[in-house]
Amino acid sequence: MLETKNVEIYYGKVMVVRGLSLTVEEGQIRAILGANGAGKSTTLKTIMGYLDDQPEKGSIWFKGERIDGMQTEHIVRLGIAYVPEGREVFPELTLKENLMMGAYTRRDRGIDQDLDRVFSYFPVLKERVKQQAGTLSGGEQQMLAIARALMSRPSLMILDEPSLGLSPLLVSEIFRIIRSINEDGTTILLVEQNARKALSVAHHAFIMETGRIVLEGPPEKLMEDEDVQEFYLGMNTETSVKGYQRYKRKKRWR
Amino acid sequence: MNFFFDLVIGGLSIGACYALVALAMVIIYKTSEVPNFAQGEMAMISTFVAYSLMNTYNLGFWPTAGITLLFALVLGMILEVAFLRPAKDPSILGLIVITLGAEMILYGLAGWKWGANQNPFPVPFSEYSGISPGGVMITEINLWTFVTSLVLMLLLFLFFRFTKLGVAMKAVQQNHFAAKAMGIPTRRVLSFTWGLSSVTGAVAGMLIAPISTLDPNMMLDPMLKGFAGAVLGGMTSLPGAALGGYLLGLIENFFGGYVSLEFKSVVAFGVIVLILCVKPSGLFVRHFERKV
Repeated sequence: MLETKNVEIYYGKVMVVRGLSLTVEEGQIRAILGANGAGKSTTLKTIMGYLDDQPEKGSIWFKGERIDGMQTEHIVRLGIAYVPEGREVFPELTLKENLMMGAYTRRDRGIDQDLDRVFSYFPVLKERVKQQAGTLSGGEQQMLAIARALMSRPSLMILDEPSLGLSPLLVSEIFRIIRSINEDGTTILLVEQNARKALSVAHHAFIMETGRIVLEGPPEKLMEDEDVQEFYLGMNTETSVKGYQRYKRKKRWR
Repeated sequence: MNFFFDLVIGGLSIGACYALVALAMVIIYKTSEVPNFAQGEMAMISTFVAYSLMNTYNLGFWPTAGITLLFALVLGMILEVAFLRPAKDPSILGLIVITLGAEMILYGLAGWKWGANQNPFPVPFSEYSGISPGGVMITEINLWTFVTSLVLMLLLFLFFRFTKLGVAMKAVQQNHFAAKAMGIPTRRVLSFTWGLSSVTGAVAGMLIAPISTLDPNMMLDPMLKGFAGAVLGGMTSLPGAALGGYLLGLIENFFGGYVSLEFKSVVAFGVIVLILCVKPSGLFVRHFERKV
């Protein structure tokens, strides 16, 4: 459904993403994992057309159409919705107005039904339709951001760190909702630092480091990988006599 | 006591003009954070276009007003596309200088096309007759100015509150990045903002021209007063700026009536200084704390 082919992205003269090729299959949840500065968010912003004259090389395809170099507003109309990192709601618009802005590209009559559908995922939001979005709590704002993206009825939803700054309980809640959105037919691509949670919902994951994909596969396979266990899941495989690890493990995929 | 009410009427009438100029400035300021110093000249050009339509082409007042507003809309959008959009990675200061440049270009154009003469601007409302409830004279033109500005403000309020485009304009202003993610064509919305602001300014110009005179300098004073009104009420709030405009008109007129006519014009700038010292965000602004 979505495919990037050998994408290279520069910030000025610094190459941030090097030869990235990834595919997202229809109906799946796919996750990109990686440390800070690996180029995950940059990749998403490039897919959404936020960075002018990027990617420098390579191409991005959505449903057989080439979308790199297109304006964000046109990419959104093709059926991709984007939930940016850090929520980014419209603080002084009401919750309802925020949702209506999510449906900006639509002119059909199904918008009211979709409001109901969105409230069925996020019943908390229904009580607050008239409240200004800036007065919501962090968790509610994240829910609103996802709900707003759903209002465009996307076939692909891209989420940038939906768990950022949320309590563990809320993180579980958000991921449960993400899974049910997927089960109702929306393909999902998400970027996450919380590897354990992301692997628990994803059908397929990519591990990115310094602008490259170093490992990819279904979560079961990734969970078995020793490097992933060590660096992303924080499991200690080596037990020592004194109960701590005496050397720093080297990653082997480089 | 009648003198007091006369001052109120006069103050509200000129305040209505200031309020419109203030609104025009705030509409642009809210979306692009630039105080548009070309605002006055944009309104002046539009008013001159109205003048030409009536004098040279002998159109009636109402068709003229309609065409002029359309012209103002296009003028605003063209200015945005031609002057502000090409600026690459602009700083606020750079954009302000661009608006100043646009102001001078428009000023020069008006001087070249229409000359520096003071022309009368005919309107179908009398400056001398009107209604006088309780002995206080309200001239037709005062009434017309006041009602027009109120109607326009109401329309603007409804537009920003209930139309998709109006809400989208607010969305672009509050979070440009997210607005793009919604598929809102942010650049087109921005040009339309300039168009809308220009229309508001043009209405102000056509209200001011019959009270004062029509020449290339006509908007200099009202523009600065409108700006002062906007600062007084708050540059980030539409109703605040409008109230600020009315308030400034009243303050000015009372000062002129009771204290000193010579220093009437200075009072506006005294008010700016005072407000910037005491409450820089403006009198009627509820400051919004952004949650992390």
